Amino acid sequence: MSSHSQEFLDQASVITRDLRHRGLIQTALKKYEVARDKRKSAFGDWQSARQAAAETKWEAINHLDKYLTEFADKLEARGTKVHWASTGEQARDIIVKLIAEKKAKCVIKSKAMTSEEIHLNDAMEKAGFEVVESDLGEYIVQLRKEPPYHIVFPAMHLTRDEISDLFQRELGSAPTQEPEELTMIARRALRKKYIEADIGITGANFAVAETGMISLTENEGNARLTAALPKTMITLLGIEKVLPKMEDLALFLPMLATAGAGQAVTGYNTLYGGPKQADEADGPEEWHVVLLDNRRSLLLADAEQRDALHCIRCGACLNVCPIFRNVGGHTYGTTYSGPIGSVITPHLRGLQNWKHLSGSSSLCGACTETCPVKIDLHHHLLQNRRNASQEEPSALEQFAYKVFGFVANRPGMWQVGKELARMFQPLHKFVLGSKLDPARTWTATRDVQPVAPESFKEWWRKNKSGK
Amino acid sequence: MVAQKQIWEMSMTEREKILGRIREALTLTAPHPGTHGRHEPAQTFPGRPVQSAKPWLPDGGETPEEQIAHFRAASTDLKTDFREAADEAAAMAILKEIAQAEGWKKIATHRSELTDKAASALGLPKLLTGGGYDKNEMEACDAGITECDVLIAQTGSLIVTSRSSGGRALSVLPPHHVVIARREQLVRDLTAGFAFIQRKYDGNYPSMISLVTGPSRTGDIERILVLGAHGPKKLTVILW
Amino acid sequence: MTVTLFVPCFVDALFPQVGINMVRILEKLGHRVECPEEIACCGQPAFNSGYWDEARCVAEPTLKRLKNAEAVVIASGSCGAMLKVFYPQLFENKPEAAAAHELSHKVWEFSDFLVKKLGVTDLGAKFPAKVTFHDGCHGLRELGIKSSPRKLLEKVEGLELVEMQDAETCCGFGGTFSAKFPMISTAMGEVKCTSAKQTGADYIVSNDSSCLMHVQGLLSREGSPLKTIHLAEILGGNQQS
Repeated sequence: MSSHSQEFLDQASVITRDLRHRGLIQTALKKYEVARDKRKSAFGDWQSARQAAAETKWEAINHLDKYLTEFADKLEARGTKVHWASTGEQARDIIVKLIAEKKAKCVIKSKAMTSEEIHLNDAMEKAGFEVVESDLGEYIVQLRKEPPYHIVFPAMHLTRDEISDLFQRELGSAPTQEPEELTMIARRALRKKYIEADIGITGANFAVAETGMISLTENEGNARLTAALPKTMITLLGIEKVLPKMEDLALFLPMLATAGAGQAVTGYNTLYGGPKQADEADGPEEWHVVLLDNRRSLLLADAEQRDALHCIRCGACLNVCPIFRNVGGHTYGTTYSGPIGSVITPHLRGLQNWKHLSGSSSLCGACTETCPVKIDLHHHLLQNRRNASQEEPSALEQFAYKVFGFVANRPGMWQVGKELARMFQPLHKFVLGSKLDPARTWTATRDVQPVAPESFKEWWRKNKSGK
Repeated sequence: MVAQKQIWEMSMTEREKILGRIREALTLTAPHPGTHGRHEPAQTFPGRPVQSAKPWLPDGGETPEEQIAHFRAASTDLKTDFREAADEAAAMAILKEIAQAEGWKKIATHRSELTDKAASALGLPKLLTGGGYDKNEMEACDAGITECDVLIAQTGSLIVTSRSSGGRALSVLPPHHVVIARREQLVRDLTAGFAFIQRKYDGNYPSMISLVTGPSRTGDIERILVLGAHGPKKLTVILW
Repeated sequence: MTVTLFVPCFVDALFPQVGINMVRILEKLGHRVECPEEIACCGQPAFNSGYWDEARCVAEPTLKRLKNAEAVVIASGSCGAMLKVFYPQLFENKPEAAAAHELSHKVWEFSDFLVKKLGVTDLGAKFPAKVTFHDGCHGLRELGIKSSPRKLLEKVEGLELVEMQDAETCCGFGGTFSAKFPMISTAMGEVKCTSAKQTGADYIVSNDSSCLMHVQGLLSREGSPLKTIHLAEILGGNQQS
């Protein structure tokens, strides 16, 4: 068992018993569900819209070389510097060097999961730069020195009281119960940073190949400010973000907002196509776009699971996932949590170390049903399990399945099995739930259904067979 | 400059490496989406999928009246302060009323037909973004007044650009964003909005094109809606 | 019609009354029922754990034995999905691929078979109790079964169906998941039981005994008066074997 797997089990054991956490997450996600359903009902046909989105992303991903080249060439033609990074380390180096070259002191960032993926903040801080997250949720978790809890709602695991305590401690603000006042405390603190910052770093939700633009989705206006005020702008995005044409946004923006947060469209959806132009009032003098592979091309090579690259990071699969709802975002120990994280993390960070995430699913399929771009999520979990077992089978498990299959489909042996179970069943109560109980993973919390005095097949033989 | 050059050279080679890996990966064909592993498409589209998608998306209304009604309903939902005026004079009167009610002392704006009219109607000290501006000064303004390229009935959105709306910050830095627009700028939906942008700029795009939908908002604390997270607390659209 | 019953291993050993009621219902409707003795396992535990070779060892004889069946009916959405949806994947590019596809078209989950194939909803059953229905995930999402069990319950005399909040949320069983990740499985089950209790129902009904085994295990442990029962037992009118 990998250490990641053990950590997952340990943390899951604690948090699944934390009823406060369970209540908090359920309440938040109930609100999300109500809003999402209201928005979905405004669609003429949500299912067909999903298919259209899936087909569009399929087209983009299955011609990624063409669209990526078009995107990069168009960007460069208008004075943007495009950098290509095969690994997270390369991307970090490119960005840290740029910042050093600009002799920057303060870096303001808008939310970018890709930067979490490559641990960019750590690298920048180690190099001696002050880095401030500007998305409110990200700012809160940054002050707490923890990773985001959820790819869209980074601080959904915290109550207003915890946030008030945090602000009191870190910012010296007065305690308050009002989310409005808490938001204004952060607004005041961050306004100063926007004006001071030399560098603004953003992510991107889409890369429009046709026009060579990124599209950035946000509600707060923090990304707008990040891309407006600092002299240098850096954008980090994964190579899978491409969309063929600008018109595709008319489909993707409503779907992202509806699936992600139950909104018709998100507050600000901004296309950036270059640095400040001569006739424009403001904007960065330089814009650097860093395109990150970081094993995405490996996932691309797995044709069976290639559609995982369709992901638009809306977080809908996390929101409906009963595993996520009970273990929470931090238990995964990964940048991307929930079903999509369980599918892609084994590809991005190694199958054997992360296969437990694919195992930790009841395969209920709620994720696949909700995904706006129709990623076959829960079936990919099955495929990851298959690939992991093929690569490194567990001898014990393999043996158990061999024996079970052999016994179950041989009527004589199956009958003996049932009789043995009936014989030993009365003894079970003496060890029930204890360390000696061979079924304790079940019996620690659940009663056992006893083997019936007469099984179906025994009844059948007696009453039906040959009659 | 030397460091810059090194980064540049390194990136060029990485570009070829990454594209090479992608091309190799794509020699295998992926199953079609929504088919659970099968290779034939579940649904076929006559053109690009987005062109078929119009009836499946939320609507913005057929006639101008329906479209105004959609924009109005969406604005209420978004907490956008949407003001309809009978004519230009009425629109300017509404603007003056807001300025007085909120006690504006200074506005930030840009040079354009409609904003020039607004600025002269208000007669307040103003910061013009045209040839650059002081960030602290703009931050201290009571409102940012801009034009927009197009308004979208379907979602209650508007599109501002860095060229037509006074730069990147004007519509997000001051606490109140006021948009002055004419009724004929209203289009049915996002598809029409993006088509308008593509026609208008014909390849020569501004560096920023922003679809703004309501005032700045956040739900990051207990999923409770708060306006004015970082951008404007208020968005007013005055239309005639 | 001759109906071939597939009685999964755990139904055979733990819930025989489910199978017995199915036999009674189908015979009452005038069909001949057969039940091959030599198959008990569909191979799903091995398949879901990633041991596809081992799963094929179990699935191959099943496939052969069911080759000539007219209709195969299963009292579990989960095992039904295994035969109907996952056998074709399991045998993709294998000599048995065609047989797996052929079988797929003949496999029915019990409630869906009654409503969609036989066109029957009223079986003349009586069950004077308040119940809530839990949708097993495999039945719901792999096989698309949502309305059939409800149509059948509607016609049961004296029965009051109250939908629970999040009826479509997984109960947390998930096969080997329940033993490999018992803490998560238990938490999910607790959430499910809470939703069910809020309806004030006397019974949780499902068309999948595997979900019910897990939920009943939790309810019994906490001494809850809420009970679980399989749809076939209500329809067959025989709750005790």
